[in-house]
Amino acid sequence: MKIRNALNVKTPKPPSQKNEGSSLGIRNVKWLSFPYILWMVGFIIIPLIVILYYGLTTDDKSFTLDNIGAILHPINLKALRIALEQSLISTLICLLLAYPLAMILSKSKMKSNSFIVMIIILPMWMNFLLRTIAWQNLLERTGIINIVLKFFGLPILNIINTPKAIILGMVYNFLPFMVLPIYNVLIKIDKDIINAARDLGANSVQTFLKIILPLSLPGVVSGITMVFVPSLTTFVISNILGGSKIVLIGNVIEQQFRIGNWHIGSGLSLVLMIFILISMAVLSKYDKESEGSGLW
Amino acid sequence: MVKRFFERFYVGLILLFLYAPIIILIILSFNGSKSRAKWGGFTLKWYKALFQNQSIMNALYATLIIAILSAFIATIIGTAAAIAINSMKKTPRTIMVAITNIPMLNADIVTGISLMLLFVALKYTLGFSSVLISHITFNIPYVILSVMPKLKQLNPHTYEAALDLGASPVYAFFKVILPDIFPGVLTGFFLAFTLSLDDFVITHFTKGPEIHTLSTKIYTEVRKGIKPEIYALSTLMFVTVLLLLIIINRKNAEKKEPDKKV
Amino acid sequence: MTDNKLINLVNITKSFGDNIVLDDLNLYIRENEFVTLLGPSGCGKTTTLRIIGGFENPDKGQVIFEGKDITKTAPNERQVNTVFQKYALFNHLTVAENIAFGLKIKKKSKEYIKDKIKYALKLVNLDGFENRMPDSLSGGQQQRIAIARAIVNEPKVLLLDEPLGALDLKLRQDMQYELIRLKNELGITFVYVTHDQEEALTMSDTIVVMNQGYIQQIGTPEDIYNEPQNAFVADFIGESNIIPSIMVEDRLVNILGANFACVDAGFGHNKPVDVVIRPEDIDLVKPEEGIIKGMVTSLLFKGVHYEMEVQAHGYDWLVHSTDLVPVGSEVGIRVDPFNIQIMNKPESEDEEAVELEI
Repeated sequence: MKIRNALNVKTPKPPSQKNEGSSLGIRNVKWLSFPYILWMVGFIIIPLIVILYYGLTTDDKSFTLDNIGAILHPINLKALRIALEQSLISTLICLLLAYPLAMILSKSKMKSNSFIVMIIILPMWMNFLLRTIAWQNLLERTGIINIVLKFFGLPILNIINTPKAIILGMVYNFLPFMVLPIYNVLIKIDKDIINAARDLGANSVQTFLKIILPLSLPGVVSGITMVFVPSLTTFVISNILGGSKIVLIGNVIEQQFRIGNWHIGSGLSLVLMIFILISMAVLSKYDKESEGSGLW
Repeated sequence: MVKRFFERFYVGLILLFLYAPIIILIILSFNGSKSRAKWGGFTLKWYKALFQNQSIMNALYATLIIAILSAFIATIIGTAAAIAINSMKKTPRTIMVAITNIPMLNADIVTGISLMLLFVALKYTLGFSSVLISHITFNIPYVILSVMPKLKQLNPHTYEAALDLGASPVYAFFKVILPDIFPGVLTGFFLAFTLSLDDFVITHFTKGPEIHTLSTKIYTEVRKGIKPEIYALSTLMFVTVLLLLIIINRKNAEKKEPDKKV
Repeated sequence: MTDNKLINLVNITKSFGDNIVLDDLNLYIRENEFVTLLGPSGCGKTTTLRIIGGFENPDKGQVIFEGKDITKTAPNERQVNTVFQKYALFNHLTVAENIAFGLKIKKKSKEYIKDKIKYALKLVNLDGFENRMPDSLSGGQQQRIAIARAIVNEPKVLLLDEPLGALDLKLRQDMQYELIRLKNELGITFVYVTHDQEEALTMSDTIVVMNQGYIQQIGTPEDIYNEPQNAFVADFIGESNIIPSIMVEDRLVNILGANFACVDAGFGHNKPVDVVIRPEDIDLVKPEEGIIKGMVTSLLFKGVHYEMEVQAHGYDWLVHSTDLVPVGSEVGIRVDPFNIQIMNKPESEDEEAVELEI
């Protein structure tokens, strides 16, 4: 029974070149992380504790839950609701736009994928405030989009200073963060995995649903968090494209800090963090091994 | 064929969506009229005016210095940290990676506010240095993320081989490990530089009244109307980056060419 | 084995860019045959397999399957299944789900699928692995799952693309026996791609030796080993002495100035030829008893035999022998007539190039 014995032989996994816990052969390099650990404790952990402290205290340093309870104030609750709605819608739109794009790009015979990545992130080199402001120009009643629409005899678009304009701004600003993680996952799928599915009788739709989609899920989840969190918490996009008529939770918090209400501002930030923590938890569940390297 | 056409059309549409505002801004930088809504004929006057506008130039210097310094410091701390994390056992490594993820996944507004509260609690005057510290903070994780994959690809025995051949650990690090992970270090630096340059929210909360970066300067002008010089400046910056990237791409393509034939 | 041509490749040409991978290739595969495509990397063997599987389209030529042209048929509509080089298991699915993949697509009943999974896992000696994830398995186990996943679909042909390449030597040898057993139990056609001549010789009914897009020789393992048709095959399969010689007349060849009796005829008079002599077919005898004399210049112990080099008449003869002859000894060389294989000299430059390449 040679084979039985062979089954007990531990064979090295074929292609994966992972050096689990490889130390580069360098021992005693842990001290190299000390500056980083100090920095992160000082400027990430402690600040979060400070915000927690402010959020749970009043001016006279006594404990309170009122700052967090402030979220129940109708105005704040509405701001949170609108922010959730808008960020969910823009995340969904980003996903619907980005997935086909990532599919097309991943299939393209373009030699270097760094070129594709470059094209997607290049717009970020123009200040994002300016780019968002430029949308005012594009969307205005007499803006370029409407001139083009009119030329083709189509009804004009009147969305500036409406929730739709904010959604557009969110989609515009965060679309690259959806495209890149999905693209990066898709190009890593071994061509033979897809061939294997075809070989076993799956047509292209079945191959997509049963193989490509599930395998690309980590990229999708990572993209969703990278779009959802900044959309949920933005105050700039709503300020520029919403004409200050539409107040999101980000605007409320920013305002509280501007008028010096730090405790309430911190309390509301804590509420916001709960939503962020939820999406982080979801992310870490799907993003087991990539250690967050989905984007770059 | 039809499918290919649709694919190209779709990619083109998305690119138009991504680049339309940039085209608008570039056009506006040549607009003779001060108003964004009117076309006042082609002019280069904003480009001239730009260099005489002290407040914009100051904001530009502050932005660039913060971006370079924060990227540089973050690259050093981050690369060192990445090497250390890479050599850690599973549990401490997971903890470190989790902490690294916090500033990336947390909302900018929360990061900005928490840092501001810290500085205020320490009675640390908000200004250039508080912005710099904040930028280093959110930059380090991106450096670590860029360097980490390169470290994983590294053959663990090259370093040992160098030691075996008589190199000192420091010499071996600079001659063997650093060259191998350098592309990752460089990516990390540029990523950090870009993020610092583009940041508004965190700067907004941590900058205090004394200084302005380009982002915060633009934000204050959103209501009053953006000065056309700003369009000129961002057009110049965009074109510079575009040219740099084209040159780098060319260089890389040249470098890769002989490889392919082997 | 029947004489039915199950797969027939007709005038297949395929190039990638400027690189011609297959040039006017013709090959048929009979029903129930274990065919191995053997050759060095880049010889076109994997491309041939992928053309049969439907993953590559030939630039020219036809793929005929059971008399029908399937050149343009999509892979999912071919009665062929593939075991991929790196297994290509679906890591997001369990072992059972991997095996059930093709059956679910074909909408088989739950019971049928369950039975098939059980049967397939038993066949590859992995009973009880249903709920494991592929990446928790060893390379050899993944290999078996890939085979199980393919065979439950009852393909007429199983294509195997260097399936043992990633396994270590011991496991590879065990899997060779395992594959032969599977082939006999299933009674289907295997088309096997490898660059490992030992694998090919062990398992195949028919070996197709390929190089640079051309078929060099088709034959049984014995044919290929004992009667290589050209220098490439001789050199690629096992070790051999390939010596430029003159065919004096039928059944007599002049090797390095000495006349050797041989069994070949029909090459003409005084024609330049190449002679192939396997190292184990050379007998070392006392100097005066040999046809030619030489001196042992090196000696290596190889376990089952000694490997020696004997310098004689300006050529280093590679000799395998179970007897030890010390370095420096004078020896005589003898070769039995039927162990001398005569080959025509390459005629075209192309074939010459093939030889130089090695």
